[in-house]
Amino acid sequence: MVERTIVGAHYGLSGWLAQRITAVVMALATLVIVGGIWSASPLTYAIWKSLFAKWWMWLSISLFLLSVMLHAWVGVRDILMDYIKPTAIRLTLEVVFLLALAYYTIWAMQILWRI
Amino acid sequence: MPDLAAKKKRPLWYNLNPLKLPVPGLVSILHRASGALLLLGLVWFLFLLDMSLASEAGFARFRGYVGHPLVKVFLLGFLWAYLHHFCAGIRYLFLDIDKGVSLGAARASSYAVLAVSLTLTALLGMGLW
Repeated sequence: MVERTIVGAHYGLSGWLAQRITAVVMALATLVIVGGIWSASPLTYAIWKSLFAKWWMWLSISLFLLSVMLHAWVGVRDILMDYIKPTAIRLTLEVVFLLALAYYTIWAMQILWRI
Repeated sequence: MPDLAAKKKRPLWYNLNPLKLPVPGLVSILHRASGALLLLGLVWFLFLLDMSLASEAGFARFRGYVGHPLVKVFLLGFLWAYLHHFCAGIRYLFLDIDKGVSLGAARASSYAVLAVSLTLTALLGMGLW
């Protein structure tokens, strides 16, 4: 018989839910962004820049970039948990990806603020 | 009473190669692989976005850069990865709410994911090339 103390049954649920919510946000944002780029022509710097400055485009790309960081974190954590069994290596890789995603988030915000 | 020692000696078949991976399984592993690929490519996409929006000169550099045939091949690969991840992801969202979980429906939607993502990659790829 396996003795187990269960102190809560919600482990992973918030990550699972966050992955789904960010997926829906990104799917909708993708349609807006693709539609926006599709309608922009001729593709000069001035038109490209003003396209990203439009509120709906800016909002979509901001939501997309924030969502992708959270979504990717849940996904890469799942992959590492499945394939990397030695705890030390797995934790190291988790920290590497977490720091990378944190850096990407700041970088993405910098790109967005500059528009 | 079952003999535990005899039970432990039962042959175990760990070689999974003779088993054929079902289509939903193929879609699933490609979903994971494409997701991993997109995460590894994320730094490059941010770099491209940053360059294209930074300045007039940056935009010109961006246009020249993505015009390179080798870069285009990479972008085409990432385009497929995105489209597969997108289509398979929508399939999983429906499976999560218990839609299309019967064997026939799950198989059909798996084929649809593969077909739609490959067709869209070909069409968009041709348009962007």
